[in-house]
Amino acid sequence: MTVNVLMPALSPTMEQGKLAKWLKSEGDAVKAGDVIAEIETDKATMEVEAVDEGVLARILVPGGTENVAVNTPIAVIAEEGESVADTADHAPIKRVGEEDKSQKQAEAVPPAPGQTAPQDQPGDANRAQTKAAVEAATPAPKATSVAEQPSKSVAPEVPEGTTMVSMTMREALRDAMAEEMRRDPAVFVIGEEVAEYQGAYKVTQGLLQEFGAKRVVDTPITEYGFAGVGVGAAFAGLRPIVEFMTFNFSMQAIDHIVNSAAKTLYMSGGQINCPIVFRGPNGAAARVAAQHSQDYTAWYAQVPGLIVIAPSNASDAKGLLKAAIRNDNPVVFLENEILYGKTSEVPALEDFVLPIGKARIARPGKDVTLVSFSIGMTYALRAADELAREGIEAEVIDLRTLRPMDMATVIDSVKKTGRCVAIEEGWPQCGVSAEIAMRVQLEAFDYLDAPVLRVTGKDTPMPYAANLEKLALPSVAEVVAAAKAVMYR
Amino acid sequence: MVEESGGVTTGAPTIPAFTRDQELTAFRDMLLIRRFEEKAGQLYGMGVIGGFCHLYIGQEAVVIGVKMAARDGDQFTTSYRDHGHMLASGMEPKRVMAELAGKRGGYSKGKGGSMHMFSRTANFYGGHGIVGAPAPIGAGVAFANAYRGDGRVSLTFFGEGASNQGQVYEAFNMAALWKLPVVFIVENNRYAMGTEISRASAQIDLSKRGAAFAIPGKQIDGMDVRIVKAAADEAIEWCRNGNGPYLIEAQTYRYRGHSMSDPAKYRSKEEVQKMRADHDPIEQVRMRLIADGVSEDELKKIDANARKIVSDAADFAMADKEPDPAELWTDVLA
Ligand SMILES: Cc1ncc(C[n+]2csc(CCOP(=O)(O)OP(=O)(O)O)c2C)c(N)n1
Ligand SMILES: [Mg+2]
Repeated sequence: MTVNVLMPALSPTMEQGKLAKWLKSEGDAVKAGDVIAEIETDKATMEVEAVDEGVLARILVPGGTENVAVNTPIAVIAEEGESVADTADHAPIKRVGEEDKSQKQAEAVPPAPGQTAPQDQPGDANRAQTKAAVEAATPAPKATSVAEQPSKSVAPEVPEGTTMVSMTMREALRDAMAEEMRRDPAVFVIGEEVAEYQGAYKVTQGLLQEFGAKRVVDTPITEYGFAGVGVGAAFAGLRPIVEFMTFNFSMQAIDHIVNSAAKTLYMSGGQINCPIVFRGPNGAAARVAAQHSQDYTAWYAQVPGLIVIAPSNASDAKGLLKAAIRNDNPVVFLENEILYGKTSEVPALEDFVLPIGKARIARPGKDVTLVSFSIGMTYALRAADELAREGIEAEVIDLRTLRPMDMATVIDSVKKTGRCVAIEEGWPQCGVSAEIAMRVQLEAFDYLDAPVLRVTGKDTPMPYAANLEKLALPSVAEVVAAAKAVMYR
Repeated sequence: MVEESGGVTTGAPTIPAFTRDQELTAFRDMLLIRRFEEKAGQLYGMGVIGGFCHLYIGQEAVVIGVKMAARDGDQFTTSYRDHGHMLASGMEPKRVMAELAGKRGGYSKGKGGSMHMFSRTANFYGGHGIVGAPAPIGAGVAFANAYRGDGRVSLTFFGEGASNQGQVYEAFNMAALWKLPVVFIVENNRYAMGTEISRASAQIDLSKRGAAFAIPGKQIDGMDVRIVKAAADEAIEWCRNGNGPYLIEAQTYRYRGHSMSDPAKYRSKEEVQKMRADHDPIEQVRMRLIADGVSEDELKKIDANARKIVSDAADFAMADKEPDPAELWTDVLA
């Protein structure tokens, strides 16, 4: 019997990677556990181990091949005693590289695990008015790209004729920190795996090399402690950037964020301010289950004394993180793991700083206002595309800052459209969209032609199973259905 | 590996011998974990398992040594590197594998995944994704034992990285103050993700970490299942006799990456290779069994049996269905 060795996935979001090199050659004997090859993605390197004893009969994908799709057979292992020649036509797969380059491994991409048929969801009281939002044919929202946003939408904040460069949100965040660290020696980065490991999600890549261990500080796994250390250092005049590996772990530190960072200016009668940024990925990633998939936007957005920012694209991420670092208040800066690798246009300006507390009209429209932020924007923008095909022009607003919240931009839009849907991945009760609905009814009641609706994460912990996880998150179809519902269509 | 050192108490300097039966039990149980984890790694690569998946390969002697010292009814609590602890608790491999695959036949109906499994019948209290969380939770399980006076001992595992968490010391203090029957087992595999212990801990003799609370501590070679069993015997007896908590630092090693994606740049390949070659917990037992006259064939049979259990588990997990969509809404409140 022969066994195909398949291109493994290194992470839940990996679709392809580079087969860096083979450590064994055809004909070599291998034992379970032997490292036979190395693969790489932009995030990590992994060793491929043999899972059974045998002989490496054929290498199907040569070392150095880029963009090998997950689950592509990369080699054949034959059982002991079986001759290598026996396997020559075992696998009906041609050696990659021997064939037309343009074909690549595209055909070999399997359906993503767990992408199963849509199901109706019971019990979601929120969606009572949106009827059955069936996800038919809706691609997984996670695969969507914010790069689709028209780049002209950032134009008013960027001088005419500025060159734009494409970069990932990960790179934009890194550049923002590096630029601010060059500008101000009081700025330093502290957190788990930020220095030698280059960041658990590689956001701090290269910072240790440029700024040294004094300014890029690895900590023990002690969130409560190092958040408090950051606050103390900020009281004493430094400008810490505290990275949480993910915001899930900020729950251990929330006492210092709320009690120490947010309240001290007030409690000291204006004497002691706290110029600190707490940043890291927030919200659901992929398949990491309840304790690692929580959205804290509403939690922090409730606290007076904090500024809360959650960008949806690389340009906003860069301009707003620079603003956050310069700000004299504690800032909670909520990133998103799914968005880290997404590319968009960033102005190539020497010092690109955006105003905190200003929403952005990501797509103008006249029929219905869709309000969101962070990864919620991917649902909103795709829904707007779909609505446009049906002749509905949605205006899509990216809040960008959650506290203070730029309601003026939202209200102006609702006065024009008379209809509003708020979208977020967080839980419904006391959520960001609940706040938006409240303020819209207060400030634009006479302009509304329908109740404000919201599309949120479901009111449950995040399940692990692929089908349930998909149901737990908002979907483009739900946004489309809600938009039509407020238009009585 | 350090054999024995300046913990708070001193233990027997000689390595206690196992009977042939005990060696065979240790071999079989550790091998099952090894084969299970190899399969899990393979299924992850195929996309059957998603999210985070932390393998226990290399550390098998720790949980099996403790298990061999435990009595029925003693509870296990650990963090996310938990598959070995579940198997050691007697949980069914196929239902553990089904949970890893997010299927309805899994211990959490597919809703918990690799990091979050529980079994009241097997006295397994998780399966916790937050570093450090097992320490107070395990102390709380011990609180219930003391409250009922039922003589059970809570066996609580966490990593050396986790041992820097403040909640661990809050738990130590309460456990000592109230004489709770809990054995804290620090699985010191030297790395917390990419951080080597000496880069994160001011005191790297972790057996001393309970000294301020007068918790007896012992640092042991966690790659030798006999040494783990002997230390656990002593610790469990101490707890069962009402003396309060006990701390074991088991020095061990993980062969694989922290989770499935791991840049592996923080340690050399030679270091990993050397641990595998010279200290492998299963190989140590195998060599002793062979020296004792057990035939290669008999050991191969044990291996074949472990592989069969694991491949049946994988088949079950892959054939099983995803949870019913209605399960999204169940189990939120009791
Ligand atoms: C409070 C908290 N912070 C950070 C993390 C992310 N994280 C998961 S495992 C890990 C390393 C833990 O190392 P250790 O305790 O030594 O256990 P090991 O992984 O070696 O078994 C980290 C930092 C977490 N899960 N919980
Ligand atoms: Mg460790």
